[in-house]
Amino acid sequence: MNAPDRRAAAAPTTPIAAPSAAAPSAVEVRGASVIYPSAQANDQPVHALSEIDLTIAAGEFVSLIGPSGCGKTTLLRVIADLEPITSGQVLVNGLTPHAARLARAYGYVFQAPALFPWRTVLGNVMLPLQIQGRPKAEAESVAREHLDRVGLTGFERKYPWQLSGGMQQRVSIARALGFEPKILMMDEPFGALDEITRDGLNDQLQQLWQRERRTVVFVTHSIAEAVYLSTRIVVMSPRPGRILKIIPSTLPDHRHLGLRDTPEFMALAHEVREGLADGHGHHH
Amino acid sequence: MATTTEATAMKPGVLSLTDRLLPVATVLAFVLALWYGGAVGLNRAGAIERILPNSHPNGDWTTADLITTTLNMERPVLPAPHQVAADLYSSLVDWPLDSPRNLLYHAAVTAQSTLVGFVLGTLLGIALAAAIVHSRTLDRALLPWIVASQTVPVLAIAPIVLVILGSLGFSGVAPKATIAMYLCFFPVTVAMVQGLRAPQRIETELMHTYAASRLQAFWLLRMPSALPYLFPSLRVAIAAGVVGAMVAELPTGAQAGLGAKLLTGSYYGNTVGIWSALVMSALLGLGLTMAVAGIERLVLRQRRVG
Repeated sequence: MNAPDRRAAAAPTTPIAAPSAAAPSAVEVRGASVIYPSAQANDQPVHALSEIDLTIAAGEFVSLIGPSGCGKTTLLRVIADLEPITSGQVLVNGLTPHAARLARAYGYVFQAPALFPWRTVLGNVMLPLQIQGRPKAEAESVAREHLDRVGLTGFERKYPWQLSGGMQQRVSIARALGFEPKILMMDEPFGALDEITRDGLNDQLQQLWQRERRTVVFVTHSIAEAVYLSTRIVVMSPRPGRILKIIPSTLPDHRHLGLRDTPEFMALAHEVREGLADGHGHHH
Repeated sequence: MATTTEATAMKPGVLSLTDRLLPVATVLAFVLALWYGGAVGLNRAGAIERILPNSHPNGDWTTADLITTTLNMERPVLPAPHQVAADLYSSLVDWPLDSPRNLLYHAAVTAQSTLVGFVLGTLLGIALAAAIVHSRTLDRALLPWIVASQTVPVLAIAPIVLVILGSLGFSGVAPKATIAMYLCFFPVTVAMVQGLRAPQRIETELMHTYAASRLQAFWLLRMPSALPYLFPSLRVAIAAGVVGAMVAELPTGAQAGLGAKLLTGSYYGNTVGIWSALVMSALLGLGLTMAVAGIERLVLRQRRVG
């Protein structure tokens, strides 16, 4: 398993299966469903995702929003090859999610920082680089640079427990970006943080995206967060998990927290809230 | 004074020396009192029967005479603590280190087989645990046998192993280390199976997103996660290893080692010798356990969970 991984990592751009040669979308989901068999014999099987169609172009910042159980995290996990689909098709950079994962196409930020407590902050950011077999000196300088980008210079030698929750999550973002993945996937990364920390991190993430224009797929249950960050907002609804509405952002490209008091921002937030309410009304 | 109290209060894990010594000293005083009482009680009959008639032919001994006698007999049923201490002291001081009359010499012989067996047992335990967590088949096939292996009394297995290894030409440290290993590997295996399975799902998935190989996941995630489980088992294992090495010294007619010393002591009815060998083996076990604990503190010094 190791050898082919290395080769794929060395040439991540090699298309293994790219039928539409032009410019493959970062993520393409066609008719994807995830169905869990019922726990009990007389129960209905659970449709975690039902017939999802979604195309994400390179450089977009797409948020998946919806109430719990709507399948937003499942959709992200399907794209990241952490969960299999029952039917349909998913392509990541023109590859199957499995091949894309082996080619290290994406960095994934979990809800919890998931830092290894026995490694320093620097050691944690170096982890994926070490797994890719990069020389230690190179891995270290890359890790230092990415820690700098999330504003954590000076904390390299600290251990995770010496950092606040917000700082820990910044380390985990630096770790996900260290190996320069084309796509960044984030599963409610700021969900467990207080609102002030969250605002600060949203702002930082926004600036990071402005600088690098990496494709971001972002799962959240906060309307404000989704509106502030995204170029497109995908509104989802549960039972079965499906896409209700895709709302393109009308906000200017350059954003700052002050935007949140503008009429455009409020209108957009209102539209998302209406979309979510539609899903709710639909059900009852 | 105030600063000391403050410093102690700031670090709840660090106790002052008196706080730490007081409970230990209390228990020691209690044990010594019990021991002296036991010595008087157990040696009483022998003293009245064999010794006091000689020193006091007309039977006019007092209770004080009886107590002094019971605590200073040459072959008591239970030697008094000061007799054991004196015997230990003279063995350590009056004889050179390479003399068979010096208990440190025997302790070193036992320690050698213990350490060889401990290292081999630890490696075997980790290897078995790694095999078990990576293969469902091995999990089901191996674990019952590993548990069963420990229900066989080591006293029964030791002579068999010694005879077999002897016929293959292995003598000296190897057979003794094998018995020690036999006792060492079990706690390590059990703890490491649990430890190697300790990584949380999110950590395993993180490694998965990096397309890490099983080997990388083992060294970078599973092994470090297992260390807090490994070390307590090592402390159990090394103490068990001392027992294994000593048991292995019994049936060989070995000339050296604390087990051999125990055996010769019981041959010649030298109870004081038996007890000082016993105390020496306890000290050896304690010393080795503390050494492992020291390594643990060194390796895990930066860890803090939560």
